Amino acid sequence: MLMMGAVGLAIARIRDLFAVSMLSGIFSLIGAAAYVVLDAVDVAFTEAAVGAGISTVLMLGTLALTTRKEKMGGGKSKSTAAFLVVAVTGAVLVYGTFDMPRYGDKIAAIHHHVVPRYIEKSGEEVGMPNIVTSVLASYRGYDTLGEVFVIFTAATGVLAILGRARRRREDEEADEGRSGTKEIAS
Amino acid sequence: MMHRKVVLRVVSKFLIPPILLFALYVQFHGDFGPGGGFQAGVIFGSGFILYAILFGVDMAKRVLPPWSTRLLLVVGVLTYGLTGVAGLLLGGNYLDYNVLAHDPLHGQHYGILIVELGVGITVAAAMITIFNVFAGQTGGD
Amino acid sequence: MQGIVDAFQPLYDLWLSFEAFMVGPASPGLLGYWIVIGLMMTGFYIVIAHDNLVKKIVGLNVFQVSVFLFYILMAKVSGGTAPILAEGISVYSNPLPHVLILTAIVVGVATTALGLALVVRIRNAYNTIEDDEILAVEEEEDR
Repeated sequence: MLMMGAVGLAIARIRDLFAVSMLSGIFSLIGAAAYVVLDAVDVAFTEAAVGAGISTVLMLGTLALTTRKEKMGGGKSKSTAAFLVVAVTGAVLVYGTFDMPRYGDKIAAIHHHVVPRYIEKSGEEVGMPNIVTSVLASYRGYDTLGEVFVIFTAATGVLAILGRARRRREDEEADEGRSGTKEIAS
Repeated sequence: MMHRKVVLRVVSKFLIPPILLFALYVQFHGDFGPGGGFQAGVIFGSGFILYAILFGVDMAKRVLPPWSTRLLLVVGVLTYGLTGVAGLLLGGNYLDYNVLAHDPLHGQHYGILIVELGVGITVAAAMITIFNVFAGQTGGD
Repeated sequence: MQGIVDAFQPLYDLWLSFEAFMVGPASPGLLGYWIVIGLMMTGFYIVIAHDNLVKKIVGLNVFQVSVFLFYILMAKVSGGTAPILAEGISVYSNPLPHVLILTAIVVGVATTALGLALVVRIRNAYNTIEDDEILAVEEEEDR
């Protein structure tokens, strides 16, 4: 996790966006390792598949369509002000952690309420060894349905924002007598 | 440009079938080990994205045309939603799987399997659609 | 196979000593939260101090990952294992945050894609992805 911090700082400093997107891939991969040691195997699996694969590809795709370099400058005063805001917020949050349950605490509030039932009964009620799956799909089915709809909406949104521009370009290509499509396909 | 990537293309030809197979394994083995619809969808999507990167978006679109991924996107969401409706029609609550089979445990199994399948289809289709849109912008070079 | 496992042993020992430090008497047991806060503030800084829109989205991602890590840290139970039922194990980590974060990661990538799509669209319209230059173009058009 300390390594994650180091990579995060590097992301903040480096201005070459290509390096930044690569670093964000590395960042997710280290994150996945951290999830494994914190016993969240399902989450680690997802993070490794998503962060190191898809999001890096998307990031690079965007860079290909825009620019690779971040503009220099931004002003010394602006970054100092930003640093001050961040430092104050961070200090407040650190102050807040003193009331948090300690790491690995068994009697923390989060481990009570519905969770003991998930752990004790899901074997009989759902009959699946993986508690995460039974909570995901059965006990918390509505939640997951909502998440699926969010993904659906995001994909639809991307189509609405960018799909149209592409179609216009394809039409232009068609007007020019369908040049160019053949050589790409070969 | 394309002829210089011979090694990558040959290796990826070996890699893509195992990736897709692994995605299916993750999909249907999610009940027992780590895995499930979300992960499987992402892995399945990345298999296709790898293909699209190495062979060009146009080739990938010939394998899986854009209308089909959009259709799959809808099919996935509807699979999830209609499973809930099926529970409703069979006399249970919305998304109540106990009534899907004679035995509540089997009902839960079927329900989770179908719902996870819906999630997987949606996620895979969403990833492929998003990538296609992004890559289609540059004309697939 | 055993050789591969053994090769990771030093790394695992390193983690165990780190974990012992996190729960042990030498630290107040809040070290994980502080690392999370450090990450979160890094992301926050990137978002407010940089003008580049792609960089801002990367900053949001860093912020997001720090929140994920926070949830997973809270879910950890000392001496527990991954929440997969098995014979002879009675202490499991809390599965509920795992479920929430699992879905949030995939939703996060979908929304990131939406943000990047907006960036591409902005670039098509303004021919730049720097925040201040976009504002300059806007003022130019207003005049």
